[in-house]
Amino acid sequence: MTEISHYSQVWSHRSPRGRLMLWVGWLALVALFVWCWKLMTADTIWFFVADAPKQAADIGSRMIPPRWSYLPELMQPLWDTINIATLGTIGGVIMAVPVAFMAARNTTPSATILRPLALFIIVASRSINSLIWALLLVTIIGPGLLAGIVAIALRSIGFVGKLLYEAIEETDVTQIEAIEATGASSAQVLNYGIVPQIMPAFWGITVFRWDINIRESTILGLVGAGGIGLKLQASLNTLAWSQVTVILLLILATVVLSEWVSARIRHAIL
Amino acid sequence: MLTLSGLSKTYKTGDTALADVTLTVPEGQILGLIGPSGAGKSTLIRCINRLVEPTAGEVTLGKVNLVGLGKSELRRQRRRIGMIFQEYALVERLTVMENVLSGRLGYVPFWRSFLRKYPGADVQRAYQLLDRVGLIDHADKRADALSGGQRQRVGIARALAQDPELLLVDEPTASLDPKTSRQIMRLLTEICAERGLPAIVNIHDVPLAQQFMQRIVGLRAGRVVFDGSPDELTEATLTTIYGEEDWNEMRRGDEEQAKAEADARERMEALAQ
Repeated sequence: MTEISHYSQVWSHRSPRGRLMLWVGWLALVALFVWCWKLMTADTIWFFVADAPKQAADIGSRMIPPRWSYLPELMQPLWDTINIATLGTIGGVIMAVPVAFMAARNTTPSATILRPLALFIIVASRSINSLIWALLLVTIIGPGLLAGIVAIALRSIGFVGKLLYEAIEETDVTQIEAIEATGASSAQVLNYGIVPQIMPAFWGITVFRWDINIRESTILGLVGAGGIGLKLQASLNTLAWSQVTVILLLILATVVLSEWVSARIRHAIL
Repeated sequence: MLTLSGLSKTYKTGDTALADVTLTVPEGQILGLIGPSGAGKSTLIRCINRLVEPTAGEVTLGKVNLVGLGKSELRRQRRRIGMIFQEYALVERLTVMENVLSGRLGYVPFWRSFLRKYPGADVQRAYQLLDRVGLIDHADKRADALSGGQRQRVGIARALAQDPELLLVDEPTASLDPKTSRQIMRLLTEICAERGLPAIVNIHDVPLAQQFMQRIVGLRAGRVVFDGSPDELTEATLTTIYGEEDWNEMRRGDEEQAKAEADARERMEALAQ
């Protein structure tokens, strides 16, 4: 072993090359920002922008006071919206569970065929927005609640499937081995070794998705898929701004409430 | 009786974990498997119930060669072999009772296990085993609510619920304190003696092995380098197994632990008076 007689007082976190790269990286970011800014402002008509505060004040004055007498009429569509979200979530979860088990590396029955298929289902479902699903489904199965429910369900498969298959892959192998070592069948290994381990994740994901779906289902009416969005569209079309205010406040209250409920449930599970 | 002949395991990475191990464990014998980390102790145990697939050799339990069995036949044979794990490997979110009853999974149809409707005899036996390991009052607690020593007792009860003909025990005390370790080893050896159950126990703690085992097999780099009674385990043989420094260190460590235990006992006695 060699003796060290002199210890340096200088130590730097990054190498000179690293410092240079960092500096170049920041420079590139600033350049990108400047370029984007120019692009953005090129097509802006500044007359309208200058006018914006006045326009906002105008609409604001029409929105106030809210027309509270409109509220009772909204209760049925609101109930529909909550039903779309809840039934859609249930449907989505039911379809997502087998997909997740097919997609997880440790449970997939066939890594060459079924796993890629399951991953494709997940990506396809996630890449299409609920509103677009609803748009498609309204033309296929006609306007109404059913289109909304199916749209929410299809959109949920990807989200629930992805998070659930990640939870399945993160399960503790020794617990599963212990069950295998007793001579259990693969269905029993699933039931005793894997399912108990993913239960908290499963309920957490489901409630979280339900919470998101409440928010998403409020706008599905815009394309004719039922719920409170229909009323919003009707009010917007007739320029009934004081009704729009009531609807927006109601949606806000519903979302706050659903978020509170989901936070409570998740807290109770974990 | 368990017979291993020419058992070898080479992992895909090219590491040889076991090389031509031949070993016979007669009825009722408790065999301690010692050796440094990476000597192949865990691999040996896992090759027996084929949680790890051996590359060559035979594993014969009674009259059945376990190597080369098909999936469903292997499942049936696994019922005969109880396994106890280092980190307990209980299903943490199931209750103690469910964990013990999971030892019966190989015997009951899926619907019974799914609905938790086990035959009365199985349930009675599970209670009996929980009583034997001193946990009858904890039957309905969740496994993750128990302490390390208690969890390992559940692990023992689960293995025994299988009505095994052989116990495989993988580092049963590695996560436990010295006192609990001794209690667990005592319980294990007592239970094996009661039932005439043979056991292979992986153990890295040499003094513990000498205290509780009837026979000791030393593994080094996947080969058997010692096979004899605990008394025959001299400094020279330990050196062939571990190399000089390692085991001296270990023995010294154990003396310190024993002293600490004795000290604690004295303090407790002083407090009791």
